[in-house]
Amino acid sequence: MKFLPLVWKNLWRRKVRTLFTLGSVFVAFVLFGLLMTIRTTFSLGVEIAGADRLVLIHKISLIMPLPIAYQPRIQAVDGVELATHQTWFGGVYQEPANFFAQIVVEPEAHLQMYPEFVVPPDQREAWLQDRQGAIVGRDLADRFDWEVGDRIPIQGTIWPSRSGDTWEFNIAGIYDGEDTVDKTQLFFRYDYLDENRSDGDGLVGWYIVRIEDPSRATELAAVFDGMFANSQAETRTTTESGFIDGFAQQVGDIGSIMVAIAGAVLFTMLLIAANTMAQSVRERTGELAVLKTLGFGNGGVLSLVVAESLCITVLAGGAGLGAAWAIVQGGDPTGGMLGVFALPPRYLVIGGGLAVLTGLLAAAVPAVSAMRLAITDALRRA
Amino acid sequence: MLDWLRQTVAVTLLNLRTLHQRLSSSAVAIFGIAGVVVVMVSVLSVARGFQAAMEASGSPERAIVMRDGADTEMTSVLTGPEADVVRQAPGIRDDGRTPLASAELYVIVDLPKIATGTPANVPMRGVEPTALQVRDEVSIVDGRMFEFGTNEVIAGRAAAEQFADLTVGSRVQSGQQTWQVVGVFEADGGVSETEVWADARILQGVYRRGNSFQLVTARLETAGAFEGFRDWLVSNPQLEVSVRREPEYYAAQSQMMTTLIETIGVGIAALMGIGAVFGAILTMYTAVAARSREIATLRALGFNATSVVTSILAESLALGAVGGVIGGAAAYLAFNGYQASTINFQTFSQVAFAFRVTPELLVGGVTYALAMGFIGGLLPALRAVRTPIPSALREL
Repeated sequence: MKFLPLVWKNLWRRKVRTLFTLGSVFVAFVLFGLLMTIRTTFSLGVEIAGADRLVLIHKISLIMPLPIAYQPRIQAVDGVELATHQTWFGGVYQEPANFFAQIVVEPEAHLQMYPEFVVPPDQREAWLQDRQGAIVGRDLADRFDWEVGDRIPIQGTIWPSRSGDTWEFNIAGIYDGEDTVDKTQLFFRYDYLDENRSDGDGLVGWYIVRIEDPSRATELAAVFDGMFANSQAETRTTTESGFIDGFAQQVGDIGSIMVAIAGAVLFTMLLIAANTMAQSVRERTGELAVLKTLGFGNGGVLSLVVAESLCITVLAGGAGLGAAWAIVQGGDPTGGMLGVFALPPRYLVIGGGLAVLTGLLAAAVPAVSAMRLAITDALRRA
Repeated sequence: MLDWLRQTVAVTLLNLRTLHQRLSSSAVAIFGIAGVVVVMVSVLSVARGFQAAMEASGSPERAIVMRDGADTEMTSVLTGPEADVVRQAPGIRDDGRTPLASAELYVIVDLPKIATGTPANVPMRGVEPTALQVRDEVSIVDGRMFEFGTNEVIAGRAAAEQFADLTVGSRVQSGQQTWQVVGVFEADGGVSETEVWADARILQGVYRRGNSFQLVTARLETAGAFEGFRDWLVSNPQLEVSVRREPEYYAAQSQMMTTLIETIGVGIAALMGIGAVFGAILTMYTAVAARSREIATLRALGFNATSVVTSILAESLALGAVGGVIGGAAAYLAFNGYQASTINFQTFSQVAFAFRVTPELLVGGVTYALAMGFIGGLLPALRAVRTPIPSALREL
């Protein structure tokens, strides 16, 4: 520890070089943070999927509806805690570019099923009272400047209403939640849809089932699918995370390719740090020899060089991760098109680890050569 | 003036000829810049490819008729009688027997993606016998067209490559229905190459649609016949439909995805560019520092400051150019024509497309590389001529 001032002094002997090295490592880690955020976005919130929730969809494809009559039969199965259904509404608010998800739910069961969506108690009551009520995510409300009590028209594309194509909703509440919760959705009531749609009575999109014991997921999935086999609407049951992951895989190619490419370039940028360390040690051959003459052991010289390199990568890397975090807190640059825009803390930990690793790797060659330095050779060269 | 030019050329050549002596530190700058160019060009090539696939799908001679209010084929519904009315509209091309209009269904079938093994929303189109004449770019490249009235289907080339069980002779199990694949078709690289086609009547039964369709695709006599065709349909009291030219429909579909990818691509490239410029600056500082006595000697001999600055900028521009060319070439070799598929959020279904590294992207990449090289060389160049000659000569 007492050598820290020495390390610090060495670091700044070439101010410009150190500054730009710090700069490039900083940028590399800002990028790392943002890329992991994009990756999180493209995984569509799979990280928060409940392990105890199953999704039942029509076997042919998700777009085929299921009869509402399935609900009591699913609920009656031993081991089922709660079964509710959802339906994709697919409406347009003002113009198609304003795309966001509108999902038809049973209000009470929905809030029970997803405790991660936090709604203030009075707004919750208001929603349960108002058939045309809807709750919207905080990000969505901010995107369109909606407030509780606003009345908004949405054009039904899949479900024309009896009174023309426009559906009107009252914003009964605004839900919030952790960073990784998708706050860009609108939920409204099934009873409103069912009484007001001009066809498709008694049909719902898919079922969400919470089971008592997550370890029985596979077994129960088979029970449900068996129950509806050979019927008009056969089902396919998966865990919620499997379902979301499957969907993310469909988007997949793009998300993973981008992360892969940029990862490779991250590596290139880190080469810069290694180059700087090598140069700095080369320049100081003479000084290192003097240190050794004064009685510094091989280990001492090695740790000096490593400490200097770590100083650069940890300082700049930490600052970069911090900056990325701050940028992400500033919100989604597309103005709410991306469902989840958050940097999960574990990536900060991984990033910190990478910063240390980079520091060690960048120092490896120069540090070893500094350690092996023979005093007489080095002094003669200098 | 001429003298200055001669000096500049002489010093620049000297720099470039001795570049190989500074290879290892130059390599850092070159790879840094090349990396940025690879990422920028390849990410943007995704957007270009997606857009190109969408654009290749539309013909100005075709129109799509959907229920008013529906924004995609997926969400539209037209009853059988409504579809029959649409067929009578003026301006539809006629092959002598029947108007070239195909009432169609557009649904999704879950099939595993070969690359990941996970289920994917593969679009399935139910068509009428006129479909191949309506879309004259479609040609069967393997097997044959399906027989109407049977469970036979044909698959687009991209669908057959990306999803399991879509080659000629395979069977696709979907719910209680078995589809028999009898042919593979191409469509000039358009999105229909990701689709599976079946008889609309059979599909109505399987998806329980009664006698209803989702859209009518019509081939017009000429592109100019569109207005008459649209006005007749829109003003017809029996119908509530919206009519779109096919290219407009597909352009709207690609917009969201293209904007998203471009925003991400340009954002990443800009940030990485900053990092690469830092790398270039470091490299050039090292180069200048290593030659500080040499540069001072040149100046002492009477070479003027601007020729020295120009020569250093030329060196860093050369590094930028080399990096840009390496990056562009790498992106081209690795990604041009790379087949991928993603989901089109508007229709909820898969679109296969090929990445396209276009000449404009390559030019853009190299330009960006030169800009990075220029900025990287600026500070070190100024530093080289600002150092007083005596102190530079004393150094080292």
